[in-house]
Amino acid sequence: MGTPQRPLSPHLGIYRWQLTMALSILHRMSGVFLSVGAVVMVVVLAAIATGSSQFETVQSWLAHPIGLLLLVGWSFALYLHLVNGVRHLIWDAGVALEKNTANRSGLFVIAFAVLATAATWALACEELV
Amino acid sequence: MAEFSLPANSIVKKGKIFEAPAAAKNIKRFKIYRYNPDDGQNPSVDTYDIDLDACGPMVLDTLIKIKNEIDPTLTFRRSCREGICGSCSMNIDGMNTLACIKAIDEIKGDVKVYPLPHMDVVKDLVPDLTNFYAQYASIEPWMQTDTPPPPDRERLQSKEDREKLEGLEECILCACCSTSCPSYWWNSDRYLGPAALLAAYRWIADSRDEATGERLDELEDPFKLYRCHTIMNCTNACPKNLNPAKAIAEIKKLIVQRRN
Repeated sequence: MGTPQRPLSPHLGIYRWQLTMALSILHRMSGVFLSVGAVVMVVVLAAIATGSSQFETVQSWLAHPIGLLLLVGWSFALYLHLVNGVRHLIWDAGVALEKNTANRSGLFVIAFAVLATAATWALACEELV
Repeated sequence: MAEFSLPANSIVKKGKIFEAPAAAKNIKRFKIYRYNPDDGQNPSVDTYDIDLDACGPMVLDTLIKIKNEIDPTLTFRRSCREGICGSCSMNIDGMNTLACIKAIDEIKGDVKVYPLPHMDVVKDLVPDLTNFYAQYASIEPWMQTDTPPPPDRERLQSKEDREKLEGLEECILCACCSTSCPSYWWNSDRYLGPAALLAAYRWIADSRDEATGERLDELEDPFKLYRCHTIMNCTNACPKNLNPAKAIAEIKKLIVQRRN
């Protein structure tokens, strides 16, 4: 008797999202997003080096609402990736790997990234005004 | 590359509905994954309305009640019904756990019951654990020594050395941890997974075992060990409250430490 091909049980679609799981995938996504940001940074620097009109062109792209949204996203990704990276370093020392500590450090990472992004943009807006 | 969606033969269809008896007052809805290898159909989710006043307190009690009174074809593994055999591991309310120690009243809303995630399903809630057990065997889970044992007694261990095995030797191999791990979902052919790695560390940490070097050599591999990205689902899922993530971190530490 031939055995039919066994089905694969559901996984991502049914698993309850955990904070640590969400931060893990956010860490990876923010890493990818930041490498795109690094390219944009090079474009900005190259524009500065080339001349004022080129700089103004790039500046006008970034001042567009979509550009601003991306900049806010990059600053958030930077803080998130940075402080979560430190969390991973601490973990690699075998420390704070318990269920409750991992969840608390996860909450800290999110709070830090949100607050640092807000503070950065508050300062930036103050400069502009 | 990870395949995030289910293959065509695995997509879950709507199933049958089994209503509660008319006199029932305290009804809880259970949605249970069903797959019958003999009917050629895709898996489905059947709905059972259960009278909790006529049912024991644990999810396993409900499964047994369904099998006894409502639908004898429902298939699942169970044995000890007290959290020590590891047979009734499954995904309940989105988390992997043992049905026998998961209380129904802990669950808000409908109780969703699926087999352990990302596994080949043999029938209903029974996954194929062949690969999982083979991975456990591959870490050679027994004591290995070069020196002969003392002639007049066993190999003794100090209380302090025995304490290092606490939280490691209690593993019941239920596979809740490994099948909660996204890394294991995408790479279970090459990544050993938290359960096998916890077992590996149990022997590495044992003062009587003399094969630590060989064990670490065997694990120092981009896939076997280093697919662990500290996602922590394993530790969150373990029904015995063990910490595979920490055991894996300790293995990684030992591999770094022995380089100098």
